[in-house]
Amino acid sequence: MVDSMATPTTAMAERAGPALTEEDVRRIVRSEMERAVARDPGSRTATIIASKGTLDFAYPPLILATTAAASGMQTSVFFTFYGLNIIHKDFERLLKVSPLGNPAMPMPVTMPNFVLGLPGMGPMATGMMKAKFRGKHVASIRELLATARELDVRLIACQMTMDVFGYKPEDFIEGVEFAGAAAFLAEARKAHLTLFI
Amino acid sequence: MAETEIQATVVVDARGLLCPMPIVKTAKAMKELVPGDVLKVMATDRGSVADVPAWAGSTGNELLEWHQEGETFVFLLRKGEGV
Repeated sequence: MVDSMATPTTAMAERAGPALTEEDVRRIVRSEMERAVARDPGSRTATIIASKGTLDFAYPPLILATTAAASGMQTSVFFTFYGLNIIHKDFERLLKVSPLGNPAMPMPVTMPNFVLGLPGMGPMATGMMKAKFRGKHVASIRELLATARELDVRLIACQMTMDVFGYKPEDFIEGVEFAGAAAFLAEARKAHLTLFI
Repeated sequence: MAETEIQATVVVDARGLLCPMPIVKTAKAMKELVPGDVLKVMATDRGSVADVPAWAGSTGNELLEWHQEGETFVFLLRKGEGV
């Protein structure tokens, strides 16, 4: 019978020989921890909630989702409330940006808020933002959606808000799934990374 | 600029593209390679200086070196065994 009383420490010391320094132990512990983190499915899962339906807020969830998927993470985006606009077949018409009540939006000239509420100001701001993004070669929403699907990002539409707004499954782009809060939470509880946008 | 002796298996030209496209193109190209292959990435997005090393770290690929050539950032990445 082998010495069953040997503690893990003595067993390790015997295997590694007498030359095991504190530095060696630290290095082993560090690499074991890195391996454990890499193996943890939670560090390889990302879940994002997209709740806003304006052009400026369509970008962050899609940029983060495509990057997460490109980094090897299983990624899902749950589109709820106005976020449904992003995956609606008609997203190019629906996604707009409003200068009204948005003091952070850069304008060619300073305008009082009541002017920003006049007809035509919304389309002007939307056109400006699209032109600026195109000019800087930022990917379009169409490209980002195509990239997301190519990288197997799950695009999930919130069934409850669909029913409230009167949307049907065929109103959405191809590949969209339909689910509720419990389905999202079942995925989110596995992920260390969950964002609400 | 020190002449690099590392030969790239594949080159990704992401010049002119902004976040997230340089990373998306890098990831797609890396998928086609086998461990040990070297991928060269060219980008003009200033964010790639932070993003490419971070991406390499979280995907188990090794950033061998990077340098700037005029407006272009050049990265050499060796494909790892996968995390």
